[in-house]
Amino acid sequence: MFKLLRQEFVFLHKPLNPRSRLLLLASAAVIATALFFPLWKMHLVAPQYAEGLDLYIYCYKIEGGGLNGQHLQEINNLNHYIGMHSLAAADFSEMRWMPFVFGLIILLILRAAVFGEMGNLVDLFAVYSYFGVFSIGSFYYRLYTYGHNLDPTAPMRIQPFTPLLIGVKKIANFTEYSFPQAGAYLLIASVALIVLAGWVSRQETPA
Amino acid sequence: MKAFYLTHGSGFVLPAALCLLALAGCDQKASTAKNERTTNAVASYVAPGEKDEYYLFYSGGHSGQVFVAGLPSLRHISTIPVFAPYPGTGYGFDDVSRKMLGDFTWGDVHHPALSQTDSKYDGRWLFVNDNANNRVARIDLRDFKTKQILGPLPNSSGSHGSSFITENSEYLFVATRFSTPLPKGRVADPKDYKTEFNGAITGIKIEPKSGEMGVGFQILMPPFDYDLASTGKGPSSGWVFFTSYNTEMAHELLEVNASQLDRDLCPIVNWKAAAQAVAEGKAPLLDGVPMLDPAKVPGIVYFVAIGKSPHGMDVDPSGKWIVAGGKLQPTTTVLNFAKIQAAIAQKDFEGEARGIPILKYASVVEGEVPVGLGPLHTQYDGRGNAYTSLFIDSCIVKWKLPPWTPEEQKDLTKAVLDKVSTHFSTGHLVVAGSDTKAPYGKWLVAMNKLSKGRHVVVGPAQPESSQLIDISGEKMKMVAEAYTEPEPHFAQILKVTDCAPIEVYPKDENKDPNAVWEKKDAGVVRTGTTVTAKVIAIRSRFTPDRIDAQVGDTLVVHVTNVEQTVDMIHGFGLNEHNINVTVDPGETKTFTITLKKPGVFAFYCTNFCSALHQEMQGYLVVRPVGQTAALPAANPVAAR
Repeated sequence: MFKLLRQEFVFLHKPLNPRSRLLLLASAAVIATALFFPLWKMHLVAPQYAEGLDLYIYCYKIEGGGLNGQHLQEINNLNHYIGMHSLAAADFSEMRWMPFVFGLIILLILRAAVFGEMGNLVDLFAVYSYFGVFSIGSFYYRLYTYGHNLDPTAPMRIQPFTPLLIGVKKIANFTEYSFPQAGAYLLIASVALIVLAGWVSRQETPA
Repeated sequence: MKAFYLTHGSGFVLPAALCLLALAGCDQKASTAKNERTTNAVASYVAPGEKDEYYLFYSGGHSGQVFVAGLPSLRHISTIPVFAPYPGTGYGFDDVSRKMLGDFTWGDVHHPALSQTDSKYDGRWLFVNDNANNRVARIDLRDFKTKQILGPLPNSSGSHGSSFITENSEYLFVATRFSTPLPKGRVADPKDYKTEFNGAITGIKIEPKSGEMGVGFQILMPPFDYDLASTGKGPSSGWVFFTSYNTEMAHELLEVNASQLDRDLCPIVNWKAAAQAVAEGKAPLLDGVPMLDPAKVPGIVYFVAIGKSPHGMDVDPSGKWIVAGGKLQPTTTVLNFAKIQAAIAQKDFEGEARGIPILKYASVVEGEVPVGLGPLHTQYDGRGNAYTSLFIDSCIVKWKLPPWTPEEQKDLTKAVLDKVSTHFSTGHLVVAGSDTKAPYGKWLVAMNKLSKGRHVVVGPAQPESSQLIDISGEKMKMVAEAYTEPEPHFAQILKVTDCAPIEVYPKDENKDPNAVWEKKDAGVVRTGTTVTAKVIAIRSRFTPDRIDAQVGDTLVVHVTNVEQTVDMIHGFGLNEHNINVTVDPGETKTFTITLKKPGVFAFYCTNFCSALHQEMQGYLVVRPVGQTAALPAANPVAAR
């Protein structure tokens, strides 16, 4: 038992070699870049919308496709028939704090790169994973709320539903395609870089 | 086993094949005709979901409108209302279009002209004339809507010779068909036609950025009937060529009296010199317009005497040849611009008419091509060929432009290359891009005046027929036929990729001060006896959907379609008030009416928009004078 704890202690105090630190810097840069790309895209296709209606979700905003982003307005307009509330960035409180959390994570990465200990990486990984899982959960909850909190006086009454988080789904005359975008892939890459940073320093011994 | 079968089988196969060949021989003609039909059908077929390659802008004649069709399908796509109200798009009901139309409810659209830059279509505007009320209009090709109607023009009546645009859209020209005493409003006896009546050539100036038209200048002309025109390009840049009939100056029974002379005097106008002379102050004002007198300002107008009662006048893509359609003589007359210049320089004249020199015909003509009976208009493919419509012979004739070989020059029947029958009596014809320096070629559309017997019977009123002819090969090939409402006179063909129309008015561009985009800004306000409603139209509701007013009030309604989605058009039809305003996505329209009768009148969306379109309605409540909301009128229905 003591041996195991000892091993853990040693592991957490392993220094991060220069390659690890560079990987961490790269990870921070990748996260910063990811903020400028959409994380998620919902693409809705119907007979009258063969070219599709697009909704791009960034960590700080929702944006429609089309001229002047008018697809958002169009989707809201269509949704009003089933009594769904208008999608508005102002309603997504997470969009206000998410960029700051990413900033915090970047700071934690930089901290790990400067302090250079495996323990910092573990802290970072734990916070980042928690944040990631929480975000996806909160996104799902948003979708659930929009699809279930329908105005009972709406002209068309439909069975409450949850818009698809990921995959392809048919809703009335629309086929919904919901998939992660460049921003999400970059974030996954940033996690991979953090794991890799730990991996390349796994043979180091504490001073 | 297999070998046995083949050996024995072949004995039967051979006679059978011979038999089939014989049958095919008998039926070859029918099958060739069938193949040709199939080939032609495919040539003009645009499959569902596919799009045409060209726009065809037809003048709508006395319908007052412009029709848009696609090529090669020849399908009618839309109508652009210009000189007549058109409830389908709400034209002539809102304040802006109503003001443009003025008191007129019709026009007679003859000759559309696409704007040009460097003698090529620039895809910005389409100009059309109104032969009936002496107006010209500008359609913006950004949204395919009429933006300006200019006129009735001073000193000009029956603007048939219009709209002919210069190579960089500096001017478009209008010529009088029906001479009158000038200025307008002055009365003289038609018996004194020769001395009291005048025609005019009008240069309409086009503002290069906005396309806004204004009357630039006019040229006072003898009272002939000026018919058609064409502007110069390349070597003939700066000139415009007109035809005329009635050099006889007859004022009655023109059918006979205007057909007596073998030749008519056709003006050749140096418009750049005219504009210059006007700038130098050489044109005194007549009814507010600088009016040049060509007898007093030489070097601007020359005549050439062309046979006989000529109709079309068309400059070829090189700008070297000008072809007049003989109408009452079976030839087209080809003028050589280089020779015209030489004749002017050497004062090679054969006389003068009212102080305007007449160029010596023999010195300026290149040849008279015996094309057939009733030549009217000529178009060009840019490959050295001309195509002339023959009204009387009812066909299109293809012939070779100069330079001709000595053999052809000696016998110009040899310059005639091909003929194709049309059904029937072709007036105008159009070759894609013929009036530019680089025609698209490929397609020719014949606009026929008679369609009798070509379509299922639709009663005594007949549509016109259009026929699509493939001119890409050596021989012309009739490919398709379609019908239009009365009555295309001329058309312009524009490659779809040469213009860039929008499908939605972007919200940012809507500068209408009465536009409302948010519910909170919509509503009804009373100021004195004026009730102003600012209404939002969106699927599938009007906000507000109740307007309260009183008999005698002026009702002003501003409707904004806040949609930004293609084809989400809303209408605002008001029961029993002769109002139907159609509002495109992103557009605001205003209508003003005086409320004359009490009652509750429904308004509703007239342009089917959505699954709940039927529910898109509201009420206009017009109370009798003196009755307030608190005092409902006696209700005979409820009392029962």
